[in-house]
Amino acid sequence: MYSEPRFLPAGDQALVMELGDAIEEPCSMVIRSLVESISREQVPGIRETIPSYRSILIIYDPMVSGFDEMVHTLASLFSRLDVHAAAKGDILVVPVLYGGEAGPDLPFVAEHAGMSEEDVIALHASRDYLIYMLGFTPGFTYLGGMDERIATPRLERPRERIPAGSVGIAGKQTGIYPIDSPGGWRLIGLTPIRLYDPHRDPPILPSVGGYIRFRRIEEREFSAIAGQVERGEYQPEVIRQGGAA
Amino acid sequence: MRILQPGITLIEDSGRFGYQAFGMATAGACDPYAYRLGNVLVGNRGGEASLEFTLMGPTIEFEEVVTFALTGGDFTPTLNDLPVPLWHSCKAVPGDTLALGGVVSGRIGYLAVAGGIDVPVVMGSRSTYLRGRIGGLDGRALRKGDILPVGTGGAGTPGRQLDDAYMPLYPTEITATVVLGPQDDWFTEHGIAAFLGNAYEVTNSSDRMGYRLQGETIQHVKGTDIISDGIPLGAVQVTGDDQPIIMLADHQTTGGYTKIATVVTPDITKVAQASLGSLIRFKAVSVREANEEYRRYEERMRQVCWHLEE
Repeated sequence: MYSEPRFLPAGDQALVMELGDAIEEPCSMVIRSLVESISREQVPGIRETIPSYRSILIIYDPMVSGFDEMVHTLASLFSRLDVHAAAKGDILVVPVLYGGEAGPDLPFVAEHAGMSEEDVIALHASRDYLIYMLGFTPGFTYLGGMDERIATPRLERPRERIPAGSVGIAGKQTGIYPIDSPGGWRLIGLTPIRLYDPHRDPPILPSVGGYIRFRRIEEREFSAIAGQVERGEYQPEVIRQGGAA
Repeated sequence: MRILQPGITLIEDSGRFGYQAFGMATAGACDPYAYRLGNVLVGNRGGEASLEFTLMGPTIEFEEVVTFALTGGDFTPTLNDLPVPLWHSCKAVPGDTLALGGVVSGRIGYLAVAGGIDVPVVMGSRSTYLRGRIGGLDGRALRKGDILPVGTGGAGTPGRQLDDAYMPLYPTEITATVVLGPQDDWFTEHGIAAFLGNAYEVTNSSDRMGYRLQGETIQHVKGTDIISDGIPLGAVQVTGDDQPIIMLADHQTTGGYTKIATVVTPDITKVAQASLGSLIRFKAVSVREANEEYRRYEERMRQVCWHLEE
């Protein structure tokens, strides 16, 4: 992480506030705190922010303030930032039915890792994954911190259609497909919950700086949750981590 | 309104804002200038949904009394077989047929109607976002037989006409103003000189996400892959083949390619209207100049509105 942010122009109504040049958890914490304080202080002229691994794209209204004023405001916000006072991000619990038809590549992942399918599941569901960024499609999370023992290369030929809710592994990353899409990830399971539903409030459940915890479920619970989701009765399971604030 | 022939047509408004941090593209009108003026011409308040057609326009039968305006590219429109002027608000009555053909100038056209196209608002917008399958009509392009409800926004303002001074031309060679960055330091001096000193041709790998260009290679210092970060509208990404892509309305919110420069907001319209084979040159200005130019552009838009509303 840099000691001072770099500000890079991104056209006439956006700028990049870059905080580091590597993917690291402390940098992500600072980004999350900054985004929160921009929203809390309702900084005039800021229209939207897009946080990512090591920077924030700030979209501003040049009718309100120009690049230099924006940089001044953001630098001052950064100097006043108290990262330790910020609460740790919430954990979104994602129930997953592993293996079988729900996760057709689980046997391959197990074989590649030289362990049993049970061990792959245990490792995958054993930790909380930091959400570094969302992108690619609405609600697609870029997660950090998967156990490298279950890292698996992508499919050589991507599938044409992967159903929404599929949980996969690609290299050292794991993630969930929020909408039906083509893709080359190794699929190890399926969640019945909808990370993205444009007709729900909020439409997208995960957010940058939060965490995802995979919880193993069996078919009976999968059907029960799928039914609740279908009827619009499902309440996402969120664990608040509190904090000093 | 009933769609007799769909052309390549989507329902778009000014875009879906506030969800880019969640990976949701804004979508919205690809040419904001032509889209905005369409709404002003028919007497809308602004932000109403219009039809956006690319390369091939639709044929529509009106089922109601409607004030409409066609803006953007020229699709040789006729109303009941008589030519209709562009940038002009007109009245149609039930049974009238508006027929558009293939584009002969520019690339994208708009049909604005008084009251707007009244499809449901999804996440704050009526814009169709094909990849997310939302907005417009079930998140899809229009089909033959679709019936589009028109909003009740009053009678509209037929007879408005845009002054020639504000009417854009769509030449096949354009210069787009850019601000260098955010990753211009990833390119060699030679690479930057190539980018600013040569014309790039619009290829057929171009759609609402972005226009892929081809020309002199733009040399990187080291690799092309950065740690993924946010992408603004107009960003010029340079991919592994050292060729540029200009990111437009449906662009992804984040990406891992280097961005050499960003096209300024007032010039997005020119880029959006660049047809296949058009040549684009890039001219760099400082970010301060670009901020100033943005203000002049918005001021000009206000003047156009006053002028039309007089």
